Amino acid sequence: MPKVTIDGRTIEVADGTTILQAARMIGPEVAPPTMCYHSKLKSSGGYCRTCLVEVTKGSEKDPRPMPKLMASCRTHVMDGMEVGNFTSTKVIEARKSVVEFLLLNHPLDCPICDQAGECQLQDLSYENGSAKTRTDFERRTFEKIDIGSKIQLHMTRCILCYRCVKVAEQITDGRVHGVFNRGDHSEISTYINQAIDNDFSGNMIDVCPVGALTDKTFRFKSRVWFTKPMQAHRNCDKCSGKVNLWYKGEEVLRVTGRKDQWGEVEEFICNTCRFDKKNTGDWTIEGPAHIHHHSVISANHYEVFTKPQEFKLNVVTPITIEEGSN
Amino acid sequence: MQLTNRSIVVVNKQMTWMEKLYLPAIVMGLAITIKHLFRKKATLKYPEQTRAFAPVYRGMHVLKRDEQGRENCTACGLCAVSCPAEAITMIAAERKKGEENLYREEKYAATYEINMLRCIYCGLCEEACPKDAIYLTDRLVPSEYSRGKFIFGKDILVEPIDKRVDISKRKKAYQIKS
Repeated sequence: MPKVTIDGRTIEVADGTTILQAARMIGPEVAPPTMCYHSKLKSSGGYCRTCLVEVTKGSEKDPRPMPKLMASCRTHVMDGMEVGNFTSTKVIEARKSVVEFLLLNHPLDCPICDQAGECQLQDLSYENGSAKTRTDFERRTFEKIDIGSKIQLHMTRCILCYRCVKVAEQITDGRVHGVFNRGDHSEISTYINQAIDNDFSGNMIDVCPVGALTDKTFRFKSRVWFTKPMQAHRNCDKCSGKVNLWYKGEEVLRVTGRKDQWGEVEEFICNTCRFDKKNTGDWTIEGPAHIHHHSVISANHYEVFTKPQEFKLNVVTPITIEEGSN
Repeated sequence: MQLTNRSIVVVNKQMTWMEKLYLPAIVMGLAITIKHLFRKKATLKYPEQTRAFAPVYRGMHVLKRDEQGRENCTACGLCAVSCPAEAITMIAAERKKGEENLYREEKYAATYEINMLRCIYCGLCEEACPKDAIYLTDRLVPSEYSRGKFIFGKDILVEPIDKRVDISKRKKAYQIKS
């Protein structure tokens, strides 16, 4: 059982655990942010470089520090390893540059993007990025590709995290889309614009950390922070049926999978649940979903309603006027 | 307990002969009245005359258009979420082909309503707007007879193409501040 110290906090983990997983076991105070890593998808991670950490001590046997910053989602822990994440200025500096690179070609069209408010890139750049851009070059643009009636693809917003490709490979049978071209020209597309039509293809929307893949049935319906998430379930023969319903008033605008504290889907849901069941009657409501108070979605979001105490400081008694007196 | 030193102790003393005449007091009083006739008036003949507004005065809102007459607002909802009085509501819609000269971005506000009775004119909507779309102006909200008329829609809020609302003074004042 190797012992690892991350930001001064030690934990004993099983063999084969990555630094990222160990950091997440300690808690969100030391866990590095991620964009491409997804705990439910095999072989994900290693593309985005946001989870870079500094290994100041390799292991008990070989205490030399690792020469470069390591991607924590791909580096396994060793006994006696010491890792710096938020305490390391090198990491903070590097992460700032990584965000700058991720935003290099990002259109920053958050005002019209449906992902705004629950976008991981938005959070990441807000926490780690700089307020101004340094590039003068034109951002890359793409011809619009229609990949089906349920999913909207905005290639300009994509950060090439490969999560959707992994979903197609591991969750659905027969992947029909992937990443084309190389380097700066890479783009997500379907084979000869073939529409993505699979029972679990909708999960690409949930795993997309940015607004590149969004729900077409929810397109421009409402901003995320005007909708109220409710946990609900139904008996589904294809998936677990555990979802979040996003209400605006009485109406279910959107159905998504439930996400854990790291913004990663807990259980993948099928397209029937996601796109076709948008009546309250189809679902058993469990209660309001928990939204972290740092999220903009938590604005006017009440999970527990406690009636405010009645004001009884001065008990006002009615004034009676005696007859005859002026 | 004495709060101020302006209190006058009332003495029940006898008036002198001059005071009993009352005439000097009347003349003095009239002199004050006549003096005020020649002073500058404190009031204005509104609406023929109006007062000068401060450059950052927060009055009625305007939804701006760009130089080509397209609406700036993309219904991003940041004004509504920042509004402490929850006075703003909107419904977004997708721009169709052929409407590129009407709306600047892919998405636009199909309806945009401000409840002027709820609005507290704090200017947070203006501050939150990422698209330079909403501004508070030095125009006053006209009075109405019914409450329903105070829910201002896009027909009142969006500036007409031929009658633009000038906010350059306001923008300049803000630039100096920041």
